[in-house]
Amino acid sequence: MSMENMIEIHDLDFAYEGGATVLEKVDLTIKEGESAGIIGPNGGGKSTLLKLILGLIQPSSGSIRVLGLPPVEARRWVGYMPQYHQLDSAFPVLAEEVVLQGTLHRNAWGRYPAAARKAAADALEEMGIANLAKRSFAELSGGQRQRVLIARALAGHPKLLLLDEPTANVDPGAEEQFYATLNCLRRSMSILTVSHDLGFVSREIDRVICVNKHVVVHEGGTLDQATADRIYRHGVHLVEHQHGCFCNCGGREVHE
Amino acid sequence: MNLLQDLMSPEMAFMRCALLVGLLGGVAMGIVGTMVVTRRITSIAGAIAHAVLGGIGAALYLQRVWHVAWAQPLLGAAVGAVAAALLIGLVSLYAREREDTVISAVWAFGMSIGLLFLDRTPGYVDFQGYLFGNILLLSSADVWWTAALDAVIVIPTVLFFNQLLAMSFDSTFAELRGVRVRLLYLLLLIGTALTIVLMVYVVGIILLIALLSLPAAAAGCFARRLRTMMMLAVLFCWLFVGSGLVASYAWEMPSGPVIVLFAISVYLLSAAVKWAIGKYHGKKADQLRR
Repeated sequence: MSMENMIEIHDLDFAYEGGATVLEKVDLTIKEGESAGIIGPNGGGKSTLLKLILGLIQPSSGSIRVLGLPPVEARRWVGYMPQYHQLDSAFPVLAEEVVLQGTLHRNAWGRYPAAARKAAADALEEMGIANLAKRSFAELSGGQRQRVLIARALAGHPKLLLLDEPTANVDPGAEEQFYATLNCLRRSMSILTVSHDLGFVSREIDRVICVNKHVVVHEGGTLDQATADRIYRHGVHLVEHQHGCFCNCGGREVHE
Repeated sequence: MNLLQDLMSPEMAFMRCALLVGLLGGVAMGIVGTMVVTRRITSIAGAIAHAVLGGIGAALYLQRVWHVAWAQPLLGAAVGAVAAALLIGLVSLYAREREDTVISAVWAFGMSIGLLFLDRTPGYVDFQGYLFGNILLLSSADVWWTAALDAVIVIPTVLFFNQLLAMSFDSTFAELRGVRVRLLYLLLLIGTALTIVLMVYVVGIILLIALLSLPAAAAGCFARRLRTMMMLAVLFCWLFVGSGLVASYAWEMPSGPVIVLFAISVYLLSAAVKWAIGKYHGKKADQLRR
C-alpha cells in the first residue's frame, strides 16, 4: 500500500475575527492508514483544528490539504462523526434515515437511489446494528446513537474518518464496544480522533497530537504517564481499558 | 345539519371562504410548522409574523395617502415578512451572536412602524382584524393565493425532503455532504414568511405563531419520522381551523382565539398522552436499551 499524505498542514495560523490566536505555526502530516489522536486542554484549539480539516473555517495563514485537495473539495472522501449529544435527542428520525444522510450529495433530490440504500444497509451491518434500522434515533442509547453516527460516516465510503470526542457521555460498556470497532476500522482507513480520554488515546492510536495553540506530536502508540504530564504540563491520569472486538469487519477491505 | 345548511347559503360565502383558506393553508402551515418546530426557530417565525404589521401599515398608507392603487395590504404584508425573514436569516447565518438582538429588533420594529403608519392613515382601518384575525377580510382571491402557496411549499418539500431532513437534523454534517444548507435555510424562512402572510386574516398576527407551532408540536408527540410529523401536523391544522371556525360561528366569538384555544387544548392533551405512554413503557424501554 503506498503511503500518501491524508492531511498536510503547513505553517498554519488561525484566529477568530477580532479574537486571540487559537493556532500558531502548526505543521502536521497524517499518512494513509494512520490512526492519530488529538488531545489537549479545553480551548487549546482541538475543535478548531478539526473544523479547519473539514473546511468549515479557513486558516488565517498557511496551507492545509486533505487528500491533496483543499478541504472543501476533499469532503466527498471524509467521514465525520460529531458528538451525538450535540444533536437534538428528540428529533423524529429513524436510525436508517440518519445513516442514509451519509450518501447525500450536492445535487441529490427525490428518493434515495438503490446504491445509496445498499451503502446505508452495509454500513449498518458493518457496525452490527442492522436490527436498529427501523428504530427511532430518539429511542436509542448513547452507545447505539454513536454507532449509528459512525455508520452514517461510513455510508459515504470515506478514506479519512474524523471522530469528535467519540467516548464522551457514553457508558463504559458502549465505550469498550467502540474501542473494538475503531480497532477494526483503522485497518481500512485513516482515522483522526479528538478525545479527552488519554487512556483511549494511549492504546488505540499510532500517534498522539497534542494541540495547545501549538502542536506537539508524540510518535509511537503508547502514551505513558510521564509523556502525558510533559504534553499537558500539569497532572493528568491515564486510565487502562480492557476490551474485545464487537464490530463486523467482514464486509470492508482491510489494508495490512 | 343546520350548520351545513347555513354554510351553503349565499350570505355565508365569507365562512366558506374562511374554511377553504384555513384548510388549504393548513397544508402549508403543517409542513412549515414542522420545520419551524424541529429547527427550533419559533422566535424567528414570531418576529416575521410581527413584521407583517409593518408591511400592512405601509401598504395602506401608500394606498390612501399617496393613492398607490397596487399597494394592497396582502402585498405589503408579504414584502414586510420576506424582508424580515431575509434579514434575520442572513444575521443568523453570518453573525449568529447577534441573532437574538436582531429577532427582538425586527419583532418590535415591525409592530412600531405598522402602528405609526396605521395612525397616519386616514379612514377606518380594522386594526384588531389584523392583530387577532377577521375572516370577513377574506375574499375568493385569497383561496387561490393559498392554493398557489401550497404548491410552492409542497412541491419543493417533496423533491428535496431528504436534504431538508439532513439540514434540520445536523446542518454541519449536511453541509459536509454538499447540501446547500444556507440556501435551504433562507428558503425555509421565506416559505415561513409567505405562509404567515396568507393566514393572517384567519388567526391574526398575534396568534399566528400558535397555529404555526402547536399543530407541529402536538404531532411531534406521536411521530417517529419527520414526514409523519408533517402529515399529522396538517391533520391537526385542519382539525383546529375547521372546528375553531365552526365553534366561533356557533358561539359568536372571534375565530382566532377559538382556533388557538383548541390548538392549545389538543397540544396539552397530546403531551399528557405522550408522558403517560412513556411512563407506562419506561421499564420496557430501559430493558431494550440494556
